[in-house]
Formats: sequence, structure tokens, C-alpha cells
Amino acid sequence: MAPGVAARNPQLSISTETRLKLYRTMLECRVLEKRAYDLFMQNLIKGTSHLALGQEAIAAGFGTAMRPDDYTFCTYRGHNHTLVRGVGMTEILGELMGNSSGLMRGKGGSMHLTSVKHHMMGSYAIIGAHMTIANGAAWSAQYRGTEQVAVCFFGDGTTNIGAFHEALNFAVIWKLPVVFVCENNLYMEYTSIHDVTAVEHPAADRASAYGLEPVLIDGNDVDVVYRTAQRALEIARKGGGPSLIEAETYRHGGHSRADPGKYRPDEEVKAWLAKDPLPRYRARLLELGINVADIEKIEAETNAAIDRATEAARNAPPPPLEIANTDVWADGGSAWRN
Amino acid sequence: MAQLTYRDAVAAGIAQEMRRDPNIVLLGEDVARAGGVFKATVGLLEEFGPKRVKDTPISEQAIVGAAMGAAMTGLRPIVDLMFSDFFAVTWDIVANQIAKTRYMTDGQVTLPLVIRSANGAGSRFGAQHSQSVENWAMTVPGLKIVAPSNPADVKGMLAAAIRDDDPVLFFEQKSLYAAKGEVPDGEHVVPLGKANVVREGKDVTIIALALMVPRALKAAEILKEQHGIDATVVDVRSLVPLDTQTILREVAKTGRLVTVEENPRLCGWGAEIASIVAEELFWDLDGPIVRITTPHVPLAAANNLEDAQLPSPERIVAGVAQLVD
Repeated sequence: MAPGVAARNPQLSISTETRLKLYRTMLECRVLEKRAYDLFMQNLIKGTSHLALGQEAIAAGFGTAMRPDDYTFCTYRGHNHTLVRGVGMTEILGELMGNSSGLMRGKGGSMHLTSVKHHMMGSYAIIGAHMTIANGAAWSAQYRGTEQVAVCFFGDGTTNIGAFHEALNFAVIWKLPVVFVCENNLYMEYTSIHDVTAVEHPAADRASAYGLEPVLIDGNDVDVVYRTAQRALEIARKGGGPSLIEAETYRHGGHSRADPGKYRPDEEVKAWLAKDPLPRYRARLLELGINVADIEKIEAETNAAIDRATEAARNAPPPPLEIANTDVWADGGSAWRN
Repeated sequence: MAQLTYRDAVAAGIAQEMRRDPNIVLLGEDVARAGGVFKATVGLLEEFGPKRVKDTPISEQAIVGAAMGAAMTGLRPIVDLMFSDFFAVTWDIVANQIAKTRYMTDGQVTLPLVIRSANGAGSRFGAQHSQSVENWAMTVPGLKIVAPSNPADVKGMLAAAIRDDDPVLFFEQKSLYAAKGEVPDGEHVVPLGKANVVREGKDVTIIALALMVPRALKAAEILKEQHGIDATVVDVRSLVPLDTQTILREVAKTGRLVTVEENPRLCGWGAEIASIVAEELFWDLDGPIVRITTPHVPLAAANNLEDAQLPSPERIVAGVAQLVD
């Protein structure tokens, strides 16, 4: 295993302004997911929901490093990836609650958050598919010569489905500007990834099969993620082709609303909670001499923002009934006959 | 008017559109250097170059997924899927992703893409390379479905499919590739969703698709000569959107409906048409609706077995004569 990118570039400095942005972004993800959990418990969110509590550093690190017109493709565990592209908390909570304040007015739901105007090209709920679709956006950027990059996030479980392998081969042979990011949270749904995978590192150990550099990083260290993202984005933007990054992390909760995550050993959960990216980064900011007042200001603002968003989303009316059968076709309708 | 084969009409339709719009790209297995395994894309690489006409690995999910991602970000891709049976390999991308994304995103995403494939039997390829799979697609909201029967419609409907802002599945009947026909000179576009009345009669209305259209026309000749039955033949051409106005009008004129389908029996497109006619035209019917289909079995490879499975002009004649006599 080659050492992680960041380990080789420790001299890369990150400005205080960027560090505070990284902290704020992680915190926004954290409070959003916690609020989503609370609203679920109040039965204000129906269906299912896949929270990324504990995985904030990956979304924040990439979201901060990406150019505004770079494309995001993510999975059903994608509230954080949507938020970091600039989508409002109200629009996300509203979509989870299925009302008219939602990003798609309740037509998609928690697993399909999409905001094309933010170049957030979708959350995909069938494992693997979006890796092939991200290739298409990257191909389009390459064809149009825009130097945009497509960034595609997926879980460790995705590395065992066919589309993962098809997409990697395809991206390499066409030298596409795409960055594949495996968020390895150690579990594919309810099962340890190690029990069902032929190699130790589900993404990084497969990289060499496609002629790619194996990149394995601490996905709970937002500085490491940010630097790794910068490098991969730069390579892709300059025509150097795709990257495959495996970021090790841990979800604090279960797979979905229905899962309390009891299959995980207590010691393991405890060890990973000690590596929680948020308190870890807060401590680093203080060590670096950043004023605690600046940090507390961010915390107060973020807490106020989530309360405002919750109120706005809770008070929004249900979606208008007439949209139930619209927008199947580009003309806005759903007619299949004359 | 030029005489073109059904195969050459494919390349002619694509070329006509690629000359017009630089955002149109073509990708698929063996589509560029080889000109397609059915030779339906010959000359396109030479005219439009390797940036726009691209060979791919055998990776149907990656191919169709790339087309989707490209379509949602400004290109207008045409996929050559080779055999329509391969839709089964990439059905997630087609049925779960492409068909639903516009709806789920409240109209944010537009997917102007075409997936071409060689569909249907008659070439003795056996059960996994001969299916008529248009009905698979017809069960999924969000997909337009076209299946032309002649070279003029191949060129014109392919052009319309490429211009359409929605995903279109374009089914080429592989045993028609060598068939010749007149194709209008100059720009030629045939709108989707319009059935074509290819023969007018007063006794019975036969509705057919793709390879079944020439067979229905042959049957109509036999019916006229041997039974004195005068049949209307409608080429339905486009299953989604479906031209029910033409269908209902033509059935009302004769009072009798026979559908001729190459697909296996259950839930074939003819069943939907039968249902619409039964609901909306029941009191104008002079007899039961008859569906002539391939039986509900996989297709065989041997000449005589495959021939026995597909609706033939003789089977169509027998079905119609039973209804009308």
C-alpha cells in the first residue's frame, strides 16, 4: 500500500479561513443529520433515511476543495454531500419531510436529493449505477473542454458490484476527469465489509487492477481529505484522468432508520467515537491558535441556522397534488397516448 | 427518392443529425472502427472522428450510464447497445435511473438520449439474441419506444428520436437490416407518436409493428385474393407515445381488430391496444379482438422451429379469416 497523499505532502498549509470553513461545513452537516434524526423520531419524516453522522469530514473536505461548477454524484447517504454544495438546510429537511419546501417538492425523497443549479447531480439509491453516470458527466466536461471535474462518492459495499469495475475501467480508458471517493465506513448495510470482500481495503486494493494509484486516507481528518481532494481534482482538471480514493471513516449510527447498528462491537464503536472528526478538528483549531470566540461564533450561527430551517420546513404546506403526475417528460407532462 | 437499405438508413439518420448538432455523440461496442456488428454505423467514424464516434468495452452499464451522465450535462448521446437482449444487463440504468430521474428531481434533469438496439427474431440466433423486448420497456413510465418497419421510418424516426428531449429506446428489427425501401432525399424527420396507415380496407383492421408489418401486408394480399377480405394495415411505429387516435379511428371503420405481435404473448403491446379498444370502442366492434403473437416460450435457433414460433403471413391469414368469415 502506497502511503496516503497527505502524508507525502505535510508541508501543504491550509489557511485559517479555509480551516474555519471546513469546521463550519462539518458542523452544518452534523447538526443537519442530528435534526433529521430528531424529526424522524417525531414522525415528521417518513420512509427511510440514511444518516452520515461521523462521516462529515469527507463531504466537507471535498465540498470545500471543489470548484462551484464541478459535479457531485453521491449515494442515498447524501444529505451532507448535498448541503456542502450550497443547498439550503430548509430545502433538504423539506424534502425529507415530503413537503413543498423540499428540494424536489417531495417527488424524490431522502435518497434522491438533487440540485442541478448547484451542480449536485443527484443522490443515487441503487448501488453502483452513479459511478457510470458520473463518468458520463466527466466525459461531457472533457468533450466541452470546460475543465470541470465529476466527483463520485460511494460506500465500501459498492466495491463489490459490477458497475464499480465497469466504471473504473471505462474512466481510465477514456482518461476522464472524475474522482471516485470510497467512503469506507466498514459496513455494507448490516455486514462487516471484511466478511464479504476479497481484499483488506475494498477500494484501494482494487486500484492497481485499473492502473490507478492506491490512495488510502484517514477520512475522519478533514485536513487530509481536503488536501487529497485538491490533488485529485487538479490531476483530473489538467487532463491526468481519474483517481480512486479510499477514505476510512465510521458511521455513528446504523445503516438506516430501521437499524440500531447492534452488530457492531462496543469497543469498535467507542474507538471510532474517539476519532469523531468534529471534536478532533475543534481541538486542532485551538492548538493552531485559532481564537475560541471565532469557533463559538460558528457554532452559534450554525445552531441558529438549523433551528430556522427546521421551522421553515415544518411550516411548509404539503406539495400541491397536481405535481403527482407531472414531469415524466421534458414537456412537463406524463401523457403516453393521444 | 433514394433506395436505401434499413441498415444504411440507420447511418443516414445519425449522420443527418450529427451534421446539424455538434453535441450529438455516438458510443457503443464495435460502433466506430468496425462500423457496428450489423454494419449500421459504417462511415460515421470517418466523417465525424473519434471524439464523437466512440468504441467502448463490453460494459453495458458503463455505456448506458455514461450516456445518461452526458445527457444530463449538455450532450445528446446515441448508444448502440448491439442486441436488445442486452437491456437486461443494464436494466438498472435504463429502468431505475434514466426513466425516473426527471420525475424524481421535479423536472431538474433533462435526458435527451437514444438507445438503439437490434431487436427481434428471424436470424436464428437463439433465445438470448432474438427477443422482442419492447414490452419490457413499455412497463416502465418515462421511456419512449420506437420500432420502425422500413428504411424511410428508420431514418426519419431516428432523427426525431435524436431531437427529442426525452430518452428514446429505438428498436431496429435485425432481420429487416437488408430490406430496401425508398427514403426521401434531403432532411427527413418523422414525428414520434404517429401511427401509419399502410393499407386501407373495409373489413378488418390489422395493427402490426416492425417485422410484423411486411408480414401483415403479405397476409392482406392473400386475404384479398383467396378470401375476398379487405384489410386495413396500421404500422403502429411508436409504442410510447401511442397514437390511439389513429388506432381507434381505423378500428371503428372496420369494426374488427387483429394485433400482430412478435413479442411473447403475456402483456404484449397488443394487449394494451386491445384493452383500449375494448374500453373505448366496444359498441363499434363486430367481433372479438384477436391477438396473434409468438407463443409464450423462449425462441429456438433451428430454422423450422423459429419460423413456427413467429407469426407468419399464413397464421395472420388464418386468424383474420376466422374472425371475419
